[in-house]
Amino acid sequence: MKKFSRVFTVLVFIFLYIPMIVLLVASFNTGADVAVFKGFTFSQYGEFFRDDSLLRLLRNSVVIAVLSSLLATVLGTMAAVGIHSMRARMRRLVLSATNIPMTNPDIVTGVSLALLFAFFGHLLRTNSVLGFWTLLIAHITFNLPYVILSVMPKLAQMDPDLEEAALDLGCTPMQALRKVILPEIMPGVVSGALMAFTMSLDDFVISYFVTGSGFVTLPVEIYNYTKKPIPPKIYALFSLMFAAILLIMVGMNLLQMRDATNRRSRVRLIGRSENAN
Amino acid sequence: MVLLAAALPVPARAADNGTITVYNWGQYISDGTDGSLDVLAEFTKRTGIKVNYLTYDSNESLYTKLKTGGSTYDLIIPSDYMIGKLISEDMLEPLDFQNIPNYRNIDQSFRNTAYDPDNTYSVPYTWGTTGLIYNTKYVDKVTSWKALWDKRYAGKILMFDNCRDAFGIAELIQGYSLNTESTDEFRSVSYLLMQQKPLVQSYVMDQIFDKMERGEAWLAPYYAGDYLTMAKENPDLAYCFPEEGYNLFIDAMCIPKGCSNKAGAEAFINFMCDPEISGKNLDYLGYSTPITAAKQYMDPEMANSPVAYPDAQTLQRGSSYNNLSTAASQQMDSLWLSVKTSGSDTRRYLITSCAVIALLLLGAVVLRFRQKRRKARRCRKWHDKT
Repeated sequence: MKKFSRVFTVLVFIFLYIPMIVLLVASFNTGADVAVFKGFTFSQYGEFFRDDSLLRLLRNSVVIAVLSSLLATVLGTMAAVGIHSMRARMRRLVLSATNIPMTNPDIVTGVSLALLFAFFGHLLRTNSVLGFWTLLIAHITFNLPYVILSVMPKLAQMDPDLEEAALDLGCTPMQALRKVILPEIMPGVVSGALMAFTMSLDDFVISYFVTGSGFVTLPVEIYNYTKKPIPPKIYALFSLMFAAILLIMVGMNLLQMRDATNRRSRVRLIGRSENAN
Repeated sequence: MVLLAAALPVPARAADNGTITVYNWGQYISDGTDGSLDVLAEFTKRTGIKVNYLTYDSNESLYTKLKTGGSTYDLIIPSDYMIGKLISEDMLEPLDFQNIPNYRNIDQSFRNTAYDPDNTYSVPYTWGTTGLIYNTKYVDKVTSWKALWDKRYAGKILMFDNCRDAFGIAELIQGYSLNTESTDEFRSVSYLLMQQKPLVQSYVMDQIFDKMERGEAWLAPYYAGDYLTMAKENPDLAYCFPEEGYNLFIDAMCIPKGCSNKAGAEAFINFMCDPEISGKNLDYLGYSTPITAAKQYMDPEMANSPVAYPDAQTLQRGSSYNNLSTAASQQMDSLWLSVKTSGSDTRRYLITSCAVIALLLLGAVVLRFRQKRRKARRCRKWHDKT
């Protein structure tokens, strides 16, 4: 049984990562053909860094990802704190409402947002409402549930007496939030922000519907590369993006691991002091 | 936060007079890679008008974007049948040819086209043909689309993964018009495509390049401009204008209603009709120019290629797509879906995956059973001991 599960794990990893490995290998290939490895080169990477239009698109993507994940984290954390203090029934109701955008097919979210923006554009009598700001709003919208979802469990884990103790000891509610609750749920906030960042960086479907003239992200532009075969410098770009996201994910896991050990040692400390009493 | 917001690229304002928004197919302009001419930079240098350049992936997504609204475009480059549709729905501005003196360079054969009979709304950008590409190493000389139904090449045939083009080929074989809307003709065409399906290696668009260059597939219908790119990689490839006829397409520049800088867009059209610009641009793209004078600025091999510029007799066999009625195109779509899902393929996949799941379940049950028995035996042993 143990051997079987090990083989199975290896198989799953192979299936998950082979496409990435093929992409990486292709990005170092001297030829343009994916199936034939002609020789090793870094020139695709150089080619990519010389391509101003691709760099501009990448910058657009990163700007949107950073801003939307930051704003979504602030909003989402506030929302989570609020939802946490609701009564159980209400909390369940609101949580399922905030989860809907996440389970909703992207294409539905995208089209409905585009229609909403077009409607507002109509009200404002302008035909160029789609652009940077609509893209940002859309990204915040689909990032929010991820932040809420990763902050909520931290709030549930938190000792409810902590906040009361802080208030008892003279904190204003705002101070209690800032000095006690926020540090306690920080790991959840950070992992929510990172999650939102990666979701935003690689989103295509929703962005596709809400970009207008003026501000386009990388995935949307690449999707339109239909008239000619994809140039190999794109492989280099994707390899770099994959590496960046991998790093973020590893960082996120390390953070969570540290958090878990911290918690355990704190529990031990509390237990010891109680024994001493 | 404020700093960040200030550093952001401000979304292009429609009111800005010095900018035009060009909405074109992805990778459909010479952009300076591999030492080619950077057309947009050159335009800004000559006219001082900045270009906000955006792309789409198909005529249909262009149409959707225009219909949804919410963004302003000054110049679009749709294909012939889509221009017809846009004209019929009153979505295009009539052009002011006073601002486009270079229109005189456009060849007579690309004026008064079926989609824009009075040359009111559009100026051709490129044109091209679809034909049959084949590998001379494995395939005898081809003159007809019927080669795509030849059993000798089973498994080495590629087919368009695009309903209109795939139906077009079968319509030509049957001797129907490319723009038929008859239900019976659609039926017989889809029957023909279903017959072809077992011979087809795959339905593809972009992968045609790799598969043909590598010799993985021997026969494929595709665009003449792309054939020229492939032939550079694999000289064994040949191109044929099938005797039944073929599709001739024109992509043309138009100005959509609601644009913000019409004069700027007309300046762009005028610039693109400059023979030198057209020549250098299309030399890079590999598609054909509607301006004969532009050929002197092109690679002579390209300019004299009978594939890019077929003789008048061959050109006569080409016909272009018109806009189909909604009902007809819906019917075509659903028939195309049934062609692609025909045969026992789906059922076979379903049965295979069910069998795999059943096997796994069975394995799990057997394992669980054996574990239980072992445990029971251990319990009995322990019981006997005590």
